[in-house]
Amino acid sequence: MKLKKNSPVERLWNGIFVENPVFVLVLGTCPTLATTTSAINAIGMGLSTTVILALSNLIISALRKIIPDRMRMPAYIVVIASFVTMVDFLMEGFTPALYASLGIYIPLIVVNCIIMGRAEAYAGKEPVIPSFFDGLGMGIGFTIAIFFIASIREIIGAGTWFGIQVMPSGYVPVNIFVLAPGAFLVYAFLVAVMNKLKIGAGRKPKKEWDPTEKICGDCLSCMKLGICDEKPETCSESPAQTIARTKGTVEEAVAGSAGAQSSAAEGAVSEKKEETKS
Amino acid sequence: MTLLLLAVNACLINNVVLSQFLGICSFLGVSKKRDTATGMGMALTFVLTLSSFVCGVIYHFLLIPFGLEYLKTIVFILIVAALVQFVEMFLKKFAKALYDALGIYLPLITTNCAVLGVALINVQKNYSILTGTVYGFATAIGYTIAIIILANIREKMVDNDVPGPFRGFPIVMITAALMSIAFFGFSALK
Repeated sequence: MKLKKNSPVERLWNGIFVENPVFVLVLGTCPTLATTTSAINAIGMGLSTTVILALSNLIISALRKIIPDRMRMPAYIVVIASFVTMVDFLMEGFTPALYASLGIYIPLIVVNCIIMGRAEAYAGKEPVIPSFFDGLGMGIGFTIAIFFIASIREIIGAGTWFGIQVMPSGYVPVNIFVLAPGAFLVYAFLVAVMNKLKIGAGRKPKKEWDPTEKICGDCLSCMKLGICDEKPETCSESPAQTIARTKGTVEEAVAGSAGAQSSAAEGAVSEKKEETKS
Repeated sequence: MTLLLLAVNACLINNVVLSQFLGICSFLGVSKKRDTATGMGMALTFVLTLSSFVCGVIYHFLLIPFGLEYLKTIVFILIVAALVQFVEMFLKKFAKALYDALGIYLPLITTNCAVLGVALINVQKNYSILTGTVYGFATAIGYTIAIIILANIREKMVDNDVPGPFRGFPIVMITAALMSIAFFGFSALK
C-alpha cells in the first residue's frame, strides 16, 4: 500500500503499525507496565494519553515558528503539562473510580517519552494538520498495544475481562500476572514474538537488534528519536553519547562513558574523530 | 523510627522500579555496564533527594498559602528541570570532580519519571518536608540497588547463548521480572 506522505491516513497508519510506540519504538515503558493490570485501566490510560498527545502536537506545531529554538524544551513541557493538568481534573471529576485506580500515572503523562519524542521528532517541524494526526495515530497505536497487554494480563491473572468472568469457573487465576513481575514477563514475550515474526518474514533484524540501545536512556533522551529520524547512523550510539554529541563534545562522551557503547559505535566515533583531525 | 520504616518500605518493599514501574527507561537504557549504572544511581540519588526537598518547600510555603495546589504538576516539572540545570552549572563551577563523575547523567534525569513521581507521591500522601525528603532519598537508594544488580546480571549474561528472538530487550525484561519476584520476598519485612 502506497500512501501519500504526511496525509492524515498515512500518519494514522504510521502510528498504529509502522512505528507503533510500544512494540516498535519501545517508548513509554513506564505506563505500559504500570497501567496494564486490567483492560479498563489500559483503555483509560490509552485514551487520556491519546487526547494529550494529539492536542499537544497540535499546539506545539502551531507555535513552532514562535518558539525560539533554545527555549523549545521548557516550552514543550509547559504545553504538555497544561493539557495533562486539564485531563487530570476532568478525569477526577467525571471518572473518579478510574482516576483512583490510575492514581499517580495520570500526572506522570507529562514525562511520557512518547509525547516529548513526538513533539521533538515531528510536531516541532511539520504543519498543524499532519502533526495532529501524527499524535492521534501514535495515541491510538499506544492504546491498542497496552489494551492488548492488559487483556492478556487480566484474563490469565484474574480470569476476567473488563471485570466480567470469561474463564470457566474451575480456572484458578495465576495471580502473578496482575502483579509487577507479570507486566515484565508479558511485555518481554510479546516483543520476543514480534522479533520472531520479523525473523520469519525474512527481514532479519540487525545482528544486535536491541531497542534498549535505540531508545533513550531516559525520557529526555527520547529527543534521540528526532536525531535518529534524520541520521539513522547515529542510532547505534549510547544515550550519553547522543547528549554529549548534541552538545558538541564527543570526546568527552567517549571518555565519560567508555564502556557504554557498542564496538560499532566506537568505530563510528573514532572514524568521525579521524575525519575532524584530517 | 517511622522514618526508618518508611525508608525500608520505599527502598526494598515497594521498590521504585520493580514494583512501581517508575524510571523504567533509564533502568533498561543505562544498565549495560556496572560503571554507568553506578554513576546513574548516584546522580539520581543526588537529584532526587534535592528535588523532593525543594518541591516540598515550594509546595508547603508557596502553593498552599496562595491556594495554587492545582498547578502542582506544571510547577514540579519546571522545578525539576531548572534544578537539574542549576545543579549541573554549580557542580561544573565548584565541584569539578563530582561533575566529571555525574555530569553526563544529569541531563538524563530531568524527565526521569521517578523524580516527578516522588514529588507527586509526597503531595498525595501528605508527607511533611522532612518525611518527603527521606522518602525521596530512600526511593533513590532503591533505584540504585536495582540498577546495579541488573547491570551485574547483564554483564554476566553477555556470554550466554540466548535464543534469537529474546536477544536484547526481551531477555532484559525477563531478568527484571525475576528480580521483581525476588523483591517480593521483602514484603515479609512489613
